[in-house]
Amino acid sequence: MEPNGGQPLLSLRNVTMQFGGLTALDDFSLELAPGELLGLIGPNGAGKTTVFNVITGQFAPTRGRILFQGRDITGWRPDRVTAAGIARTFQNIRLFGGLSVLENVLVAYHVRLRSGVLGAIFRSRLYRREEEQMRREGMALLERVGLAEVAREEAHGLPYGQQRRLEIARALATHPRLLLLDEPAAGMNPEETRQLMGFIQHIRREFQLTILLIEHDMQLVMGICERIRVLDYGQSIAEGTPEQIQRNPRVIQAYLGQAEADEEGQGARHDVAG
Amino acid sequence: MSLQEFIQQLLNGLSLGSLYALVAIGYTMVYGILRLINFAHGDIFMVGAYIAFYLVGVFYLPWWLSLPLTLLLTAGVGVLIDRVAYRPLRNEPRISLLITAVGVSFLLENLGLVTVGARQKGFPVPGMMASPVRILGAQVGGVSIWVPLISLAFLLLLLWVIYRTKAGMAMRAVSRDIEATRLMGADVDRIIAFTFAIGSALAAAGGILWSFKYPQINPLMGIYPGWKAFTAAVVGGIGNPTGAMIGGVLIGLVEVLTVAFFPTLSGYRDAFVFSILILFLLLRPTGLLGEPLKEKV
Amino acid sequence: MKSIYKTGLTLAGLALLFLLIGWANGHLNEYYSRVLNTAAIYIVAAVSYNLINGVAGQFSLGPNGFMAIGAYVTTLLILPVSQKQAVWFLQPLVWPLRAYSLPLWLFPVALLAGGAAAALGAFLIGIPALRLRGDYLAIATFGFGEIIFVLANNIIPLTNGPLGIKGIPNLPYLLWVTWGCAVLTVLAVTSLVNSSFGRALKAIREDEVAAEAMGVALFRHKMLALVVSGFFGGIAGGLLAFLVSTISPSAFTFFMTFTLLIIIVLGGLGSTTGAVVTAVIYTVLQELLRVVESPLDLGPVHIPGISGMRMVVISALLIAVMLFYRRGLFGGREFSWDWLWQKWTKRKGTSWNQTAASRS
Ligand SMILES: Nc1ncnc2c1ncn2[C@@H]1O[C@H](COP(=O)(O)OP(=O)(O)O)[C@@H](O)[C@H]1O
Ligand SMILES: [Mg+2]
Repeated sequence: MEPNGGQPLLSLRNVTMQFGGLTALDDFSLELAPGELLGLIGPNGAGKTTVFNVITGQFAPTRGRILFQGRDITGWRPDRVTAAGIARTFQNIRLFGGLSVLENVLVAYHVRLRSGVLGAIFRSRLYRREEEQMRREGMALLERVGLAEVAREEAHGLPYGQQRRLEIARALATHPRLLLLDEPAAGMNPEETRQLMGFIQHIRREFQLTILLIEHDMQLVMGICERIRVLDYGQSIAEGTPEQIQRNPRVIQAYLGQAEADEEGQGARHDVAG
Repeated sequence: MSLQEFIQQLLNGLSLGSLYALVAIGYTMVYGILRLINFAHGDIFMVGAYIAFYLVGVFYLPWWLSLPLTLLLTAGVGVLIDRVAYRPLRNEPRISLLITAVGVSFLLENLGLVTVGARQKGFPVPGMMASPVRILGAQVGGVSIWVPLISLAFLLLLLWVIYRTKAGMAMRAVSRDIEATRLMGADVDRIIAFTFAIGSALAAAGGILWSFKYPQINPLMGIYPGWKAFTAAVVGGIGNPTGAMIGGVLIGLVEVLTVAFFPTLSGYRDAFVFSILILFLLLRPTGLLGEPLKEKV
Repeated sequence: MKSIYKTGLTLAGLALLFLLIGWANGHLNEYYSRVLNTAAIYIVAAVSYNLINGVAGQFSLGPNGFMAIGAYVTTLLILPVSQKQAVWFLQPLVWPLRAYSLPLWLFPVALLAGGAAAALGAFLIGIPALRLRGDYLAIATFGFGEIIFVLANNIIPLTNGPLGIKGIPNLPYLLWVTWGCAVLTVLAVTSLVNSSFGRALKAIREDEVAAEAMGVALFRHKMLALVVSGFFGGIAGGLLAFLVSTISPSAFTFFMTFTLLIIIVLGGLGSTTGAVVTAVIYTVLQELLRVVESPLDLGPVHIPGISGMRMVVISALLIAVMLFYRRGLFGGREFSWDWLWQKWTKRKGTSWNQTAASRS
């Protein structure tokens, strides 16, 4: 199946990301085997989202290399990274609010359109077939993620849980091999979180995905990840199975500091999320 | 070209450039904080000139009183515009804010046309500005010495405010990270209002000095200086006040000296400045001193 | 509603429009046909401007420049050679143009060339402006418009400078041409907006970062919107040249852009049908608002005319719409037969329910 069996799907080699004087990511390395589900955790501001941003080309890393399927994708534009097979969701949901649920998904198919602009304007036979095909595929996808009933509604009107789900569906529509999920359970209650866990496991199987998951919710991470990596102040401080991580003193310390900070800043953090 | 002429032209460019710098500050500070191109800023410059015109030329107030009064009143106009037209749109798509800014610009210009009329008005220029000065053995007009000097004083004052006062520190914090500053409990709206006040006051100073240099004023006088000052802000690195000053002086010198050396090209004067703008966007979009803005995702 | 009905209704609407134009062509005096022509030209210009500003959400201030290019290119191609000699009496017009012109019946070629030249201009200014995030497009296109203005004023062997070019031949059946162009523009732009490309443009407007993360190549798609917008802007400029028969740089100042901005904002940014409707309304309103500027005699009271008052009203209106009624007339939506059908049936439905309720 895999042409070169042992090769990692994604590897980050000594990646450093600086913003002005701030080092958000410091000499960070990571390997992800095909089919794996890896959890990336760490206190607020640890640099987790930054990992996603350098993988997807949002920022070019200050130093280091990023390889996907053996190809060096360092500094590629985000749309090219997506076309290469990496899709993501955002920590703060970024749907196309004014577009319908179906259209949100259709945008992700656009990159594979073969018709040109003129073909689209004059509705060539090829274009009509492609549009038809996209809509069929889009509806099928919405069916599979349980959003078919709201396909025609505007995305910003959806309840929060469905918005999260749509964001994942939209990412799936790009036909990724690697899916990056940035705190998908943020703002969900325990029940919704449990549903989401099931959903992630479900799509992982069904779409044969490799998943990198950033999560704040310990229950979710510990529940579904085989392997967990912990970041603090831009540096890797631990990696291991959920059990190992739970017992690791450095991790406990990093999170204790976070818990104290959280107690003070709780109200403020909710404001940001809302 | 004789040395005398060259010195005169150099000073001309310097004084024009220092005026652009004064106006560019307002653009760059507002952009740094709100990511808004305040299209109305050039018109605030015009409002400043007219306020001074009425205070001095109509109410016969002395300059030592009129100058601070003009700055204060113009700052008020800037704050009012922000409060009424921009603040309600802070959370809307940026294009709404930009369109509103274009609307405010047109409103100011046309209110000017309706209230004070389209006719040029002669600006009351103090005697000090008119009398010639000897420098480096060359005789030059007083304006070309005084305008850059007074501008420099204002710019130094501004740098002091930005880097040495609490209000200035707050402004810099907001322009670095508006959300974080809000979370730390700062009254961001007040800081923004303060930014508009400072920018507008400097634009008023620019308007007055401009009118010393070109003592015929009309309600559309702010359009071109405004755009050129904006170009200066981009050239210097938008968001960076020091950059705006450097950019202003640079644009002023380039504009004056090209026309001085190639008089046949004088008709292309304005195209020249905008070509610099486009060239910078193409080759060095962050300007001379700007840092690339990385939008948080 | 079945799509065959909708197509039928659209065709019927078009047929009605053409009947009206056929009638207008013979029956209206010069003033009214001028107003009608202006409306059609505003439709072409506003619908294309709305594509870049409203649909793609990229703030361009360029349409005056694009229209100027279209107007000059069209004029230079179509102006008869004898007239060219009369116009450029100080300095001769540059060579091939001096000696050759297209015959009037080839006016579509001249218009298309104007559109193509404007599209090229849009492409050139898009290169520096669209690679950058943020609002650089606004300043670059403004600068572009100013550069075009300065060039038109100064390159006398090509543009005849501030004096402008007079004697552009009259097109017979101009109403048919302008309204034909308006219909074609609306059809083409609507078709683009409703295609996969249009969805990509709207995605960019809604959230640029997310669009790029979904694989939409930002630069290429923004460029597409800008170039198409520039093309139709150029066509609008060419039509304007035929309508006014004299062009000069002052016809294409920033004021033109401001006018179009008003139109698309009032219509609801992003709504093509909104732009069409407000283009017509604005044209009429503009005529009516002349009243504000002319002196008014109310029996004993005499109000002197205030020139510029019209612009004060219009710019205040723009600000007010942005502050209080941002959705504009159509709220970014499109008129559709479905929508009309729903309104119609709902109205009937509710009234029936009300009668039922009042009876019980
Ligand atoms: N675009 C940016 N510009 C400046 N600083 C940034 C930017 N993005 C992230 N940072 C900083 O980098 C650090 C890590 O951020 P992030 O990766 O978002 O953390 P996490 O996702 O782990 O909470 C934070 O201090 C944050 O403020
Ligand atoms: Mg994060």
